[in-house]
Amino acid sequence: MMPLYAVLLLAVGTYAFRLAGPLFGGRLALSERLRHLLAVAATVLLVALVATGALTQGHGFAGWARPAGVLVAGVLALRRAPFPAVVVAGAATTAVLRLCGVG
Amino acid sequence: MRSLLRTLERATLRDIALVCLADALVGASFGAISASGGLPLWVPIALSVLVFAGGSQFAAVGVVLSGGGALAAVVTGLVLNARLLPFGFTVADVLDGPWWRRLIGAQLITDETAAFALQQGEPRRRKAAFWLCGIALYVVWNVSVLLGAVAGGLIGDTDALGLDAAFPAVLLALVLPSLADRRTRTAALVGAVVAVAVTPLVPAGLPVLLALVGLLFAGRPVVGAAEAASDEVEPVEPVRAEEKEAVR
Repeated sequence: MMPLYAVLLLAVGTYAFRLAGPLFGGRLALSERLRHLLAVAATVLLVALVATGALTQGHGFAGWARPAGVLVAGVLALRRAPFPAVVVAGAATTAVLRLCGVG
Repeated sequence: MRSLLRTLERATLRDIALVCLADALVGASFGAISASGGLPLWVPIALSVLVFAGGSQFAAVGVVLSGGGALAAVVTGLVLNARLLPFGFTVADVLDGPWWRRLIGAQLITDETAAFALQQGEPRRRKAAFWLCGIALYVVWNVSVLLGAVAGGLIGDTDALGLDAAFPAVLLALVLPSLADRRTRTAALVGAVVAVAVTPLVPAGLPVLLALVGLLFAGRPVVGAAEAASDEVEPVEPVRAEEKEAVR
């Protein structure tokens, strides 16, 4: 569940990150190292979300159908297929596998 | 709005329209995945209006839908959005003028608006690109999330349709371009392995945050390179665009 206070916390924190530059841009500068680290941190979190979202359900394995669908989506995305095709193909693969009895 | 349109080149306007179209699809997916996952309608809508950062919205909802706590969802979203901090510094010159315009403009800082602002050379065009892309994206994003959420709420058996695979699939499509850099890839791989490995052991929501240990593998070479020769440091994408402008 996502309570209202959580949405507001995320919104206020995000806005603070955004506002810092326009407020202090004239007086402060960020090091190249910090910029790089923040960019990599974002990628690390997103990839971790992909991995856990594809492979796990609760504390266990999600079954084969879901990761197979995500794999198909990944291959299509690598081959620069349009975004809707990537998502629909991923979901369809998982759905068809389940229809065939794959968990 | 019309003067903004006149300031920009045709190609830029077309690119902004294409980005809006792409984000509309991502927004609709976000709304649909949130609502079909069982979240009340106001959650994806409030997140989109107030947070207005797609990656963190997906992350927060993903953590919550996988059984994680609200606090883990907030922390994950905030670490993701920390990348907006440098963007704010990079586009600070665009956001001058009265204080209220600065406050509104800050909410429009995203990966997309920062990139478009930096593509433009002269200040007038930078401003026009930032504001046009920002306002258009804000409207398109929120409308598409609303439509997606309403549609997603109508779906019955989401697992039979494979919609649980759609969430990681959307994120994967979004994150692939940033994996071109080798160090980023190593850090992300290590993080993903850690996150999956600890999933059976720790409370839901924590595995994704523990993935940040992957940063150890991205940090070291960067630190060394920064100290040895600053020009070897690979800057984030918008900065690269800025350098291209400077060269030209």
